[in-house]
Amino acid sequence: MNTFVFIKRVPDTESKIRIDHENNCIIEEGLNFVMSPYDEYAVEEALQIRESKGGTVTVFSVGSEESIIILKKALAMGADEAVLIRDDAPESYDGLRTARIIAEAIKQKYSEYGLILFGKQSMGADNAQVPAMVAEMLGLPQVNVITQLELEGNTGSALREIEGASEKVTVPLPAVVSAQKGLNEPRYETLKGIMMAKRKQIPVITTAELGLSDEQLAPQLTIVRMETPPAREAGKIVEGDAAETAQQLVDFLHEEAKVI
Amino acid sequence: MILVYIEVRDGKVKKSSLEALSEGKRRAGELELEAHAVLVGHGLEGLASGLYAYGAAKVHVLENTLLSHYSPSAYAYALHSLVEELQPPALLFSATALGKDLAPRVAAKLGVGMASECTRMEVQEGRLEVVRPVFAGKAFVTFRVTSTPQIMTLRPNVFPVEEGGGSGETEVKEVVVPENQTHDRVIEQLREEGTELDVTEAEIIVSGGRGLKSPENFDLLRDLTHILPHSAVGASRSAVDSGWIDHQHQVGQTGKTVSPDLYLAFGLSGAIQHLAGMASSKYIVAVNKDPDAPIFKVADFGVVGDLFEIIPHLKEGLKKALAE
Repeated sequence: MNTFVFIKRVPDTESKIRIDHENNCIIEEGLNFVMSPYDEYAVEEALQIRESKGGTVTVFSVGSEESIIILKKALAMGADEAVLIRDDAPESYDGLRTARIIAEAIKQKYSEYGLILFGKQSMGADNAQVPAMVAEMLGLPQVNVITQLELEGNTGSALREIEGASEKVTVPLPAVVSAQKGLNEPRYETLKGIMMAKRKQIPVITTAELGLSDEQLAPQLTIVRMETPPAREAGKIVEGDAAETAQQLVDFLHEEAKVI
Repeated sequence: MILVYIEVRDGKVKKSSLEALSEGKRRAGELELEAHAVLVGHGLEGLASGLYAYGAAKVHVLENTLLSHYSPSAYAYALHSLVEELQPPALLFSATALGKDLAPRVAAKLGVGMASECTRMEVQEGRLEVVRPVFAGKAFVTFRVTSTPQIMTLRPNVFPVEEGGGSGETEVKEVVVPENQTHDRVIEQLREEGTELDVTEAEIIVSGGRGLKSPENFDLLRDLTHILPHSAVGASRSAVDSGWIDHQHQVGQTGKTVSPDLYLAFGLSGAIQHLAGMASSKYIVAVNKDPDAPIFKVADFGVVGDLFEIIPHLKEGLKKALAE
């Protein structure tokens, strides 16, 4: 079965975020960009599906030319093909816009698939909007935030994480799923994979090519302001006898925080 | 009106939905609009009148036996038809597992954008403006959703529940749901043994890191959650990656972003990606052997010491304080 995986380039989790207040965006200089961690689970799952069911794995990324680095990483992990959907627009945090681009690309150019995989959210925008929106635009069933997936014939059976429990969902294929941590353990790139990825041609599609109008691509969200949170001030630190400090802690909770 | 989706789990309205309804009612008041609630499912009519007290002037109940189990496609289908009929300027969801799954599907059906995980909402020039964390709380963005209806999901545990509304009315609509729209319905729910509250819903989080040294020692924290009301066990990424506790409990950038009233951190150093996920907690208390642990830089109260010695005393102290 052929699978499509959509991945995004984001600053790694160790990044300290600084803001460009004039342009209401983050300052990219000095940040280390990686494949969004949840997307790695999606790529790994697609590779495992290929290993057990055959077919091909194609990875896509919507973004600037710099996204090629993460597409190469996915190729080095073992993906068969990679496609850049070139979009140089600044981060708008608008999931609908990205979903429209993805849905159009699939409708117009890539019709042979059994499963579309995403990370449950991109690290940064933290939206968790695009997978469900793409599913809706393509008229497909969705199972988001999955920790387990089994495929049998034309059916996918998944466990989806909810508060304090899991939901079992069985869907006809093709379907859209999004990966949660715990789904699998993403593999490292192999040396052979890295060498192959280096040589691999990555086709580029533009939004203009997809016939999307300026209106369709206009963000539905306006950023009014972007700020870093006020720094918390360190409070009181105590040290000493365990019984004594434990009591001081209880007193703090009772008298100052008033949570008990 | 501002329309608020009300989530039902195990036959009960979720508290986070009441938070969303209360916030919807507050903002609707400023806009001189009503707040309406919508229930989607089967046999939910009995829950409707309970929503009047939280400000719902009208409760729409979308009824069909095919909706007895959650299905994002079918629920979006049903909600979409109601939104088309009512044309509300805003539609609110709670940012629960279900809300985060359903809201974008509805938004895409309507062809509108949305803002996720909002933590503040106000009225500006006759429309809603929201603040939401990005990068798991390392930054905050103020947004205006320019499309209509304005769709937002509201982070649980942030907006106060407000009781005090009066009467309302209920309208039950038997909705048509094409059979093929239930293709992604939930077949069964599997509950993790012994879990009560999710970290995103807890008012108090008792969290542990590498300093706990073993999976068994998380029982020390579970004990504390049995004493503390509305509490849940949290964990750092390294504790989860060591296999000591399930990922469901992980707080931080590759886990959950939380804003409890109290965050109690035991043996947890406070890596930047962890701090991002919990820095908006009202109070942070840390116990750690290392006086230089970054967690102390954000803690309102810190104890430098051995958690294994402190927890037994803490347990007794808390029991006593709670009994008073």
